[in-house]
Amino acid sequence: MRHIISLLMENEAGALSRVAGLFSARGYNIESLTVAPTEDATLSRMTIVTVGSEDVIEQIIKQLNKLIDVVKVLDLTEGSHIERELMLVKVRAAGKEREELKRMADIFRGRIIDVADLTYTIELTGTGTKLDAFLEAIDQSVILETVRTGASGIGRGDRILKV
Amino acid sequence: MELTGAEIVTRCLAEEGVEFVFGYPGGAVLNIYDEIFKQSKFKHVLVRHEQAAVHAADAFARASGKVGVALVTSGPGATNAITGIATAYMDSIPVVILSGQVPTAAIGLDAFQEVDAVGITRPCVKHNFLVKDVRELASTIKKAFHIAATGRPGPVLVDIPKDVTYHKTEFAYPDTVSMRSYNPVLKGHSGQIRKAAQMLLEARRPMIYTGGGVVLGNASEQITELAKLLHYPVTNTLMGLGGYPATDRQFLGMLGMHGTYEANMAMQHCDVLLAVGARFDDRVIGNPAHFAREQRRIIHVDVDPSSISKRVKVDVPIVGDVQQVLDELLKLLKASKEKPDEAALNTWWTQIELWRSRNCLKYNRESEIIKPQYVVEKLWEVTRGDAFVTSDVGQHQMWAAQFYKFDKPRRWLNSGGLGTMGVGLPYAMGAQLAHPESTVACITGESSIQMCIQELSTCKQYRMPVKIVNLNNRYMGMVRQWQEFFYGSRYAESYMDSLPDFVKLAEAYGHVGMRIEKTADVEAALKEAFSPAMKERLVFMDFITDQTENVFPMVEGGKGLSEMILAEEL
Ligand SMILES: Cc1ncc(C[n+]2csc(CCOP(=O)(O)OP(=O)(O)O)c2C)c(N)n1
Repeated sequence: MRHIISLLMENEAGALSRVAGLFSARGYNIESLTVAPTEDATLSRMTIVTVGSEDVIEQIIKQLNKLIDVVKVLDLTEGSHIERELMLVKVRAAGKEREELKRMADIFRGRIIDVADLTYTIELTGTGTKLDAFLEAIDQSVILETVRTGASGIGRGDRILKV
Repeated sequence: MELTGAEIVTRCLAEEGVEFVFGYPGGAVLNIYDEIFKQSKFKHVLVRHEQAAVHAADAFARASGKVGVALVTSGPGATNAITGIATAYMDSIPVVILSGQVPTAAIGLDAFQEVDAVGITRPCVKHNFLVKDVRELASTIKKAFHIAATGRPGPVLVDIPKDVTYHKTEFAYPDTVSMRSYNPVLKGHSGQIRKAAQMLLEARRPMIYTGGGVVLGNASEQITELAKLLHYPVTNTLMGLGGYPATDRQFLGMLGMHGTYEANMAMQHCDVLLAVGARFDDRVIGNPAHFAREQRRIIHVDVDPSSISKRVKVDVPIVGDVQQVLDELLKLLKASKEKPDEAALNTWWTQIELWRSRNCLKYNRESEIIKPQYVVEKLWEVTRGDAFVTSDVGQHQMWAAQFYKFDKPRRWLNSGGLGTMGVGLPYAMGAQLAHPESTVACITGESSIQMCIQELSTCKQYRMPVKIVNLNNRYMGMVRQWQEFFYGSRYAESYMDSLPDFVKLAEAYGHVGMRIEKTADVEAALKEAFSPAMKERLVFMDFITDQTENVFPMVEGGKGLSEMILAEEL
C-alpha cells in the first residue's frame, strides 16, 4: 500500500541524510521525499511517499520516531487528507499544437507560465495521478522536459501536525 | 571566565563524573590532550589501537552501568573506532565517543586526516553531532551523555573540529537536558500491564524469555522475583545471561542457535510467553515461520517500540522501562487472588524435566586431550562463579555462555549483536577498571585474541591483572564447524597456521604465560593463575584443546528452534 508520511524535524544540518540513510539502510522504498523549513524556522517538514505492507509501514514509523532529530511523525493516509504535487512541463508548441496544448492545460487547470517561440512551459498541481493523467493526455512527442516536486500532504479539518 | 573548547571538554567530562577516558592522541585532539595533562579529575587510558579504546569504554559501561567514554583523533582515529562503535550500537551500550575533526574552515576540502565522521558513523550510532561553534560545545556534550544513557541506550559521537577546541567562551554546564524531539517512554501502559498479568495467570505452559534489556535496564531482581512468585521457567539470550541466576533450578539455560534443548523446546511449545528486553532475533528463534507454527500468546516488554512486532507479532506489547513495567506487573500479580493452574504447571514442569534429562550439553569427560567445555567448567569452579567473564567470538564464546553459570547481571561481556572478534581483551580491560578488585577472565580463541593482541601492552602499563583463557584449537573453530557441517569438510582458510608461541608472547609483553596440554593439568593451572600470588599479574593460559570439538546443540540457519542437532545424533 502507498502511504504518505509527514514529519516534523529539527532543522539541523544532516537531518535529511538521517532520514534518507534510514530508508536505504533498512531497505524501505521511497517514492518521493520533499522537505522545506516551516513557519517556525527551527523546524523542517518532510513528506515521504512510500510503499509497503502494514508491518513495514509500522516499522518505518517507529524507526522514524526513533531518530533523535524527528519531533513528530504522522501517517497522513490513516485519515482524510489532501495531497498535492507541483509539476512543470516544457512542451514543444508550434503552429496548431499551441492551441491544443492551451486547451489541455485549461482542462487540467494548468497554467502556461512561460511562452517562447517554439515552447510552452505549463505549471500543474494536483495529485500524482492527475499529473500522470495530464502527461498521458497530451501528445507524447511534444514533451521536452518534466520536473515534479513529489507530493506534499496535509490533514483535513482539525487534523493538524504541529509541535 | 572564558574557557577554551579543550578546557570545556575536560570540564564537561568531570561534571559527568567520568572516571576513565580510553583514547589515543593525534593532531586534531592535541588541545584536548593538553588539557587532560593538566587535570586530575579523570584518568586517561592509552590503548594501542582506537578500536580497543571504544571496546574498553563499551565494556566499562557494560560492567558498571555508567556511560563509557572514548577519545580519538580525526581521520584514521575515527575510522579505527568504527568497529567499536558498531559493536556497542548493536548491543545498545551507552558510550560517548569524542572525535577530533579538521578545523571548520578546512571541512570538505579533503584536508589532511579528514573524514566525514558524522557521515561514516551515522548508521551505527544512536545519534551524532558535529560541533561547529564553541558556544554549543557544553550543551552538546550534555546531550550526548543524556541520549547515550536513556531510553534504549547506545553510542553517541561528538565530532569536534580543532578550531573549536581553542576558541573561547563562557563555560556553564547545563543541569538538565530538555529536547522536544527526544522523550523516551518510561512508564508502561497500565491497561496493557493488567492484560499481561491476566494472561500470565491463565498460562498452562508459561515461559519467560529475557534478553540484554533486562541486564541493561537493571531489572534482574524484578524478573527473578516474578519468576519465583509464579514458579515459571526462564531462559536468557546470549546477551541476557546473568539476568536470571543460572544456578537456579527454574533456569533452563540459554536459548537459540546454540541454546539448550530444554530452553528451545519450552520456547517453541509454551502457550504464554513473557519476553522482556529481548528482540526475537534470527539467532534466537530461528526461522520465524517455524516459530509461528505453534500457537502461543506473547507479551513483549521493551523500551524500544521498534523492537516490538519487528520479527514476531505479539499480543500484548508494552513499551516502557523494563524495571518500571516489571515493578508494576509484580504489584498486580502479588495482589491478585487468582493463582496459576497448579496441575497444568506441574505437567509442564514434568515435560521440561524430560527435555532436560536429554543432557544436551554432555561431552566426553574422560578425554585426555583437553575438551574446551571442561576448561570453562573448571574456570567456573575455580573462580566460584564470581568472575567477570569476557569472550571473543566463535566456539569458545558459545562454550563460555553454556558452561559458565552467571548468577549475577553485568558479569558476562561479549559481542552478541555484531559478533566482533577482538573484543575479548579490551572488554576485559574495561571490566577490570570498572571493578579493580574483582577477578576478570577473558575466554578467547587463538584467532580472536590476535585481533587486539596489542592491548597486552596497555594491560602492562595500567597493571590490569586480567586472566586470559585461550582455548587454542589451531582453527577458527566456528568457521571450521560450519565447513564440516555444510561444506563437505573443505576447511578453506580456517586453519590457524604459524601461530606465535603465546607463552613467549605474553612474556615479551611482561606478563606470565602458561601452556597446558593435558586434561589432568587444567585444574592446577587455573588454580595457579587465580591464586593470590598472581593477583597482580596478567596470566595468559594457552590451553591446547581438541581440534575436532563442535558446539551442540545447534539450530541450522533457516531451521526451526525445535529442529536442533544434538551431539549424540552424529
Ligand atoms: C572481525 C571478525 N571477522 C570474522 C568473523 C567471522 N568469524 C566468526 S567466528 C570465527 C572464528 C573464531 O576463531 P577463534 O577465535 O579461534 O575461536 P574458536 O571458534 O576456534 O573458538 C570467525 C572468523 C568475526 N566474527 N569477526
